[in-house]
Amino acid sequence: MDMPTAITLLAKALGAALVMAIGSIAPALGEGNAVCKALEGIARQPEASSDLRSTMILGCAITESTGIYSLLIAMLILFAL
Amino acid sequence: MDGESLSRGAKIFFRITLFNGAVTIDITQTTVSLFVVTLITIILAIVLGKGLTKKPGRKQALVEKLVMMLYDLVETTMGRHNLKYAPYIGTLLLSSLLGSLIGLTKVFRSTTADLMVILGWALVTSGLCWYEGIRNKGFFGWLKSYTEPVVFITPINLISEVAQPMSMTFRHFGNITGGGILMSIVYAFLASLSGFVFKWLPASIAAAMPPIFQVGIPAVLSLYFDLFSGLMQAFVFSLLTMVYIAQANPAPIPGAETRVKKTKKTKAVSQPIPQADAKPHQS
Repeated sequence: MDMPTAITLLAKALGAALVMAIGSIAPALGEGNAVCKALEGIARQPEASSDLRSTMILGCAITESTGIYSLLIAMLILFAL
Repeated sequence: MDGESLSRGAKIFFRITLFNGAVTIDITQTTVSLFVVTLITIILAIVLGKGLTKKPGRKQALVEKLVMMLYDLVETTMGRHNLKYAPYIGTLLLSSLLGSLIGLTKVFRSTTADLMVILGWALVTSGLCWYEGIRNKGFFGWLKSYTEPVVFITPINLISEVAQPMSMTFRHFGNITGGGILMSIVYAFLASLSGFVFKWLPASIAAAMPPIFQVGIPAVLSLYFDLFSGLMQAFVFSLLTMVYIAQANPAPIPGAETRVKKTKKTKAVSQPIPQADAKPHQS
């Protein structure tokens, strides 16, 4: 492997790692917060748990999508660039 | 289904050329898997739908329970007037679930690990939203709804209209593909780990040893990344479809989408909640 190829590979790996590391902070925090609040609601009102659960899953999925976008960008950097 | 093939896209088996090369149809791994999923669904429908009686047997009771669960879900999410969409939602749920789980066979590729399949479903959802909007407001009323609440917000509305199927597509696709790639990385790591353990043996024997760490350990991760993720994404995709269609087709009269079964529950919820601590606390 010559030098430019090695540098390109290094840059790709570093970029993908950084995208995943930074991009997964916010969804993790947001999802944790959402689940925390939903659990508080369930503990306060157990009879509303089914409604709360489906809403929480939907919210988690929407929150997670930012993390998924960073995963896609990482995949693009690794395989398509 | 290794990570390389997942990230590079489906393998093309052969190519059908029509009209002197004007139209080419690629028969890929995804196409084959889709046909297999369709076949499984048809066989399931024939086997489970045969010999229905007034007095349900074991099999029929199970199927009736599942169908009732689906209809209840659609009714609570979309309202009673949207109950005609329940078969479509059920089809979406079943094909997404089977399409994700068929990757576990390692013979067929997951259909949901292909962007185009899910893009198709998301575009159908968008089309249904537009159809409901036009049906409710008329064509020009539907066009006018993009200029609300103020005129100069129209570009943002148009962007959000494009972003909706895109975000649905990338969410499902990214979850399934990312899980598959992660599983293949785990398999490769465990193979190299077991190769490292057998290094003290003579080279000819070490090459013949099976990768012992691949037994059992990946099953736990596969349970999450393949089974749970596939189930969850199928549910989330159909839930989002239901929410978007219900937004485009609200209840005709205010209060018409009464949840007959849930009157008691909603009354209990609507009571003021005694707050233990008034100030919001950070955790």
